[in-house]
Amino acid sequence: MAPVTLKKLVKSYGNVDVVHGIDLEVKDREFIALVGPSGCGKSTTLRMIAGLEDISGGIIEIGGKPVNDLPPRARNISMVFQSYALYPHMTVRENMGFSLKIGKVAQSEIDTRVNEAAAILDLEKYMDRRPSQLSGGQRQRVAMGRAIVRKPDVFLFDEPLSNLDAKLRTQVRTEIKRLHAKVQSTMIYVTHDQVEAMTLSDRIVIMRDGHIEQVGTPEEVFRRPATRFVAGFIGSPPMNLNEATVADGKLVFAGGQSLPLPIEFRNKVAAGDKLIFGLRPDDIYPTGHGLNSGEATDVHEMELPVAITEPLGNETLLFVTMAQREWVSRMLNPRPMGAGEMVRFSFDLSQAHLFSPETGKTLRG
Amino acid sequence: MDQNSAHRLKRRGLKFLHLVGLFIAMLIICMPGLWIVLSSLRPTVEIMAKPPVWIPQDISLDAYRAMFGGAGQGGIPVWEYFRNSLVISITSTIIALTIGMAGGYAFARYKFKGKSGIFLGFMLTRAVPGIALSLPLFMIFARVGIIDTHFAMILIYVALNVPFTIWLIDGFFRQVPKDLAEAAQIDGCTRWQAFWQVEFPLAGPGIASAGIFAFLTSWNEYALASQITRSVNSKTLPVGLLDYTSEFTIDWRGMCALAVVMIIPALTLTFIIQKHLVSGLTFGAVKG
Ligand SMILES: Nc1ncnc2c1ncn2[C@@H]1O[C@H](COP(=O)(O)OP(=O)(O)OP(=O)(O)O)[C@@H](O)[C@H]1O
Ligand SMILES: [Mg+2]
Repeated sequence: MAPVTLKKLVKSYGNVDVVHGIDLEVKDREFIALVGPSGCGKSTTLRMIAGLEDISGGIIEIGGKPVNDLPPRARNISMVFQSYALYPHMTVRENMGFSLKIGKVAQSEIDTRVNEAAAILDLEKYMDRRPSQLSGGQRQRVAMGRAIVRKPDVFLFDEPLSNLDAKLRTQVRTEIKRLHAKVQSTMIYVTHDQVEAMTLSDRIVIMRDGHIEQVGTPEEVFRRPATRFVAGFIGSPPMNLNEATVADGKLVFAGGQSLPLPIEFRNKVAAGDKLIFGLRPDDIYPTGHGLNSGEATDVHEMELPVAITEPLGNETLLFVTMAQREWVSRMLNPRPMGAGEMVRFSFDLSQAHLFSPETGKTLRG
Repeated sequence: MDQNSAHRLKRRGLKFLHLVGLFIAMLIICMPGLWIVLSSLRPTVEIMAKPPVWIPQDISLDAYRAMFGGAGQGGIPVWEYFRNSLVISITSTIIALTIGMAGGYAFARYKFKGKSGIFLGFMLTRAVPGIALSLPLFMIFARVGIIDTHFAMILIYVALNVPFTIWLIDGFFRQVPKDLAEAAQIDGCTRWQAFWQVEFPLAGPGIASAGIFAFLTSWNEYALASQITRSVNSKTLPVGLLDYTSEFTIDWRGMCALAVVMIIPALTLTFIIQKHLVSGLTFGAVKG
């Protein structure tokens, strides 16, 4: 049983705070992904949990007990580093068994556990090689093997896939998911790749500048982003976000073009309010080529010229200009379409988001 | 086919020229060394002959026999000098390495105030010519009463070597990724264990080369040793060489023989350690 709890966690270097009082509860056996742009403090937070970085303020609890004063070795955690950090002077077998050897576990037990992990990760053929004689993907697996062998309470991953090529990354991602199902430990996974975060985790923590913006299931952060930042960060291509002003039941954009005010927000805004309007590419589609054709309740149709098309096979991304901005639209079951063509678009306003420009917070209740 | 064999021929020709070039260069570099060995085996007449006698006519091991024959037969106390040299060089090397490891590690891994200033200071100590230090050192040591002792020489050589060992070892620890020590700590090591289990083995070859460097410096140093050492108590081999000069004559043959005796342990040590150097290093800790 190892839930991980962060209470008002602060990290500062000199006078500069890089983590500003984070609160987070990771449940036992939960897979949590920490995402956010570069420099937002993901690694720092993870390293504080690992005990590699001093804690400037707040409390970290693992398994219900504060661990602030415990060295890394006493926290019963494993960590997979971005660089893998395999010991170059040891073979794969020695790398994987190192923690047990240090822990004075009997050799026979070490052998069983190392072989077990090697079988899970398909590493049996490489056990007597040095890390320098392995490919990047194999090294990555050894690093995971080394983490598994300890049977830790908590696994920490710091961008473990970022050194792999795209194809291998997808493969190893699935392996990590399978691993989590098998070993049933708490896992905290740092990445700046939102696809990894969405596919792997039970809950996602979105960080920005040392703050947590939102914690939620992949579904929640995608469907109901709490802030404008989350809305722009999660989803690919990103959500269309544009400034608008409320005027007699309409959202007026720069240049005078307008959309009706989404029904859901009618009594949450007042005329004259300045807002950020957000709509995902999935919810702007050439009429008849959308996800919820027919079912949507709050659809507005509009004729617009297509500027650029990006065919992806099963779908095509259309870039259209409206209100002096480029909007991205996703066309399912695509038909050939040329630049400059006038197309009738459906805007599914039931999926729209409105954010306050000052606080960035959503206006949805 | 034709093109291939022509190409191969050309490559072989080039390789041959390459080897000849290397051989000539090596010959020039090794000539003085070879000449010392040769001279230690020939009578003085032949050594001093003008024009030089290239092919030795009269080879004997007399010089070596006389050298190890002992002081009683007009020889010099080579064994004592040898022992002094060994004791002083080995002790000072071990101390310099220990300090170098601690210091180098600190410079490579920790941040502290005035780091670059201290580092520069170390390097500047080497800017002072050793011989300029000999007089003040002599006066201080004479006052303290440690002239002509092993202790004095060890002290000097440690001071001489520490800046360099720190500098060298710092460089080698820098090359060991920090992640490795952190991974080791997560794997259950204390800071201290992580150092000995992971960082030390990886920096080992570098530390060994710093050791060779320190040993050779102490082993060959003459200027300071000639001032501080007086008798068989502490005289080292380089100073002992001077015993072969007397008021009117210089026993070139004996001197060369002693020089050969000096070179042998230094060469052996270097070979042994260098073998370790090459076999020890296999990287691949991080993504390559
Ligand atoms: N030793 C340090 N001294 C001062 N500031 C530091 C130090 N280490 C990290 N920082 C700062 O802390 C902030 C958070 O760094 P951190 O490594 O946690 O980012 P990250 O979210 O992991 O980013 P990335 O995705 O690029 O790995 C950064 O702005 C960085 O500049
Ligand atoms: Mg990071």
